[in-house]
Amino acid sequence: MIRIENLHVEIDGKEILKGLDLTLEPGKVHAIMGPNGSGKSTLSYVLAGHESYTVTAGSVSYEGKNLLDMEPEERAALGVFLAFQYPVEIPGVQMSNFLRTAVNAVRRLRDEQELDALAFLKLAREKMKALGVQEDMLKRPVNVGASGGEKKRNEVLQMAMLEPRFAVLDETDSGLDIDALKIVAEGVNQLRNPERTFLVITHYQRLLDYIRPDIVHVLAQGRIVKTGGPELAQQLEAEGYAAFTGEQAA
Amino acid sequence: MSISEDTIRQVETIGSKYSAGFVTDIESDKAPKGLNEDIIRFISAKKSEPEWLLEWRLKAFSHWLDMPEPDWAKLDFPPLDYQDYYYYAAPKTQDRPKSLDEVDPKLLETYEKLGIPLREQEILAGVAVDAVFDSVSVATTFRKTLEESGVIFCPISEAVQKHPDLIRKYMGSVVPFHDNKHACLNSAVFTDGSFVYVPEGVRCPMELSTYFRINELNTGQFERTLIVADKGAYVSYLEGCTAPMRDENQLHAAVVELIALDDAEIKYSTVQNWYPGDENGKGGIYNFVTKRGICAGRRSKISWTQVETGSAITWKYPSCILKGDESIGEFYSVAITNNYQQADTGTKMTHIGRNTKSRIISKGIAAGHSDSTYRGQVKIMPKAEGARNFTQCDSLLIGDLCGAHTVPYIESRNPKAQLEHEATTSKIAEDQLFYCRQRGLSQEEAVALIVNGFCREVLQKLPMEFAVEAQKLVGISLEGSVG
Ligand SMILES: Nc1ncnc2c1ncn2[C@@H]1O[C@H](COP(=O)(O)OP(=O)(O)OP(=O)(O)O)[C@@H](O)[C@H]1O
Ligand SMILES: [Mg+2]
Repeated sequence: MIRIENLHVEIDGKEILKGLDLTLEPGKVHAIMGPNGSGKSTLSYVLAGHESYTVTAGSVSYEGKNLLDMEPEERAALGVFLAFQYPVEIPGVQMSNFLRTAVNAVRRLRDEQELDALAFLKLAREKMKALGVQEDMLKRPVNVGASGGEKKRNEVLQMAMLEPRFAVLDETDSGLDIDALKIVAEGVNQLRNPERTFLVITHYQRLLDYIRPDIVHVLAQGRIVKTGGPELAQQLEAEGYAAFTGEQAA
Repeated sequence: MSISEDTIRQVETIGSKYSAGFVTDIESDKAPKGLNEDIIRFISAKKSEPEWLLEWRLKAFSHWLDMPEPDWAKLDFPPLDYQDYYYYAAPKTQDRPKSLDEVDPKLLETYEKLGIPLREQEILAGVAVDAVFDSVSVATTFRKTLEESGVIFCPISEAVQKHPDLIRKYMGSVVPFHDNKHACLNSAVFTDGSFVYVPEGVRCPMELSTYFRINELNTGQFERTLIVADKGAYVSYLEGCTAPMRDENQLHAAVVELIALDDAEIKYSTVQNWYPGDENGKGGIYNFVTKRGICAGRRSKISWTQVETGSAITWKYPSCILKGDESIGEFYSVAITNNYQQADTGTKMTHIGRNTKSRIISKGIAAGHSDSTYRGQVKIMPKAEGARNFTQCDSLLIGDLCGAHTVPYIESRNPKAQLEHEATTSKIAEDQLFYCRQRGLSQEEAVALIVNGFCREVLQKLPMEFAVEAQKLVGISLEGSVG
């Protein structure tokens, strides 16, 4: 269970989240939709612990712990995973090396046994096959020269390898062709279980056709302004955000 | 984008992490402190040298007395008091050991602690090692195997006795004794180092390596290395260096000369991890090294690869004289400075022959209050038709208090020469660190990973056996205590 209360967040002195309340249930898929610039990525970064964002008020409790007190890597160890809207390039670092370092760092923090090179490769190959990721991806430098869609698939591969308890997917669907979208959605669906919480940020109903959300929230102007069932997404697709931004306009 | 305070703090505390900083308690045989003709005679006598070599040393010494210190590097340190050093120190054992069984166990233990178990290296790794402790070589492994293939690999002091013709022919032929003040001092007082000769057509059957260790207090190390690859020969050679942690600055002034004849190739790799001083800049080695190779023959090739992580001050420019037509010179460098370390390093490629090619890849990483300069010269002589050079210098800054500088000199006296130069300076991006940490890596692991990625092109050039070690060293030299 993740409970976000009255969250206020600033970047460079500008307030982006303005008293956001949100409760996420274990085993559920929550979708967040909202206009550009409304603070969706800001929320995902704050949950993951990005230092550029300053929390000025409010709290986030994660399985009873104060999430905001923790370093990003501690959160990762506790199962927080963020699929980035814009995955970061790390020149010269092979994906296999990056991924294995990450998997073993997390396993170490969780007091699990580290994977040796062979066990890692076996696991990675399995997951890659399931997600339709080309095998040569492991040899390529992290996200360098990858297409938009490849980067997103890469994020889902990392998620599958790290087996998080709380996964935030920030527009993982944008940039994916229709086949890739199905594969990625299938990847997420396979990971669904009664303990795992998903927060799926998207602009399109299309993704939600494949990943059926349990609950849909609308984020506008730094707050959750509406919460509903899957039908809310369809309504937004048809009518846009005008109703919400109009209501909330400063 | 600026890096977090945390990282800066972490990388600033690396001084305490230097794992090679212990002292071996061993009795040693020393020359009196200071430098004069008598000391040089003492060293020469200790090594039972022939008259010509003593004369060469004395000539170098008289030249040295009047020579000014090189002052063009971007380095800042107080003047050296040359009379305050010992110029000869040797572990007190009887004679040169004939096999590892005769080597003082304390010495074997020292090398084992440093991760160079001489015995295992001999048995398992298939790497031949010459171990130089202060002023003398204490062990050379694999000599039999090498002798069978005709390769000579021995301490230079021994080569003076056994192969005087080769030594007289080649020593000082690439770096003349009057080349610069540091090389001149070395020529006067050099004590040991390695000699390699690979005969015509022979591919050296294993990696050769020399491991230099400074142990004694206030002792300079002045080794000389001479490698000759005869026609069509190939050799890959690696040197490693460490020293105990001490508050005084110690002097290391080495000379390395490489000679490649027709179709020969020499690959020379360095992993330099001399004590860098503490986090306040106290102590550390002054590393003043003259390294130069000549591609004397046609189609010969010399490749320098260096990973420089240690030393308080590094002054070092491994260079190539490309005399033979179609010869190739390469320089691949990673220089990491942290705390108050200073490095002024680079290369000089002199194109003399036709269709000569050179390639320079330099990666400088600066953290803490350190200062890192790439200084390189590409010189194309008028007859070097078809000469080509490619230079790429990348600098990575960690924090706001360090500096990185790129100083390329280009002198082309052949208008048709093709020269390409690229340079970049960047900072470790906050986003890269965050991405790694989101995946569970600690700040330190993230820095090590990103920096290793930045250096990959150079690290890949190291012999396999050492690449992994070097990668770890890159991480360690930027590591701090986890808070
Ligand atoms: N580093 C920054 N400096 C200043 N403003 C920023 C910074 N990062 C984000 N913002 C601003 O914060 C606001 C919210 O941005 P955020 O990325 O969270 O929006 P979003 O809802 O994810 O939008 P999108 O749908 O376009 O991805 C925007 O107005 C953006 O310009
Ligand atoms: Mg966004």
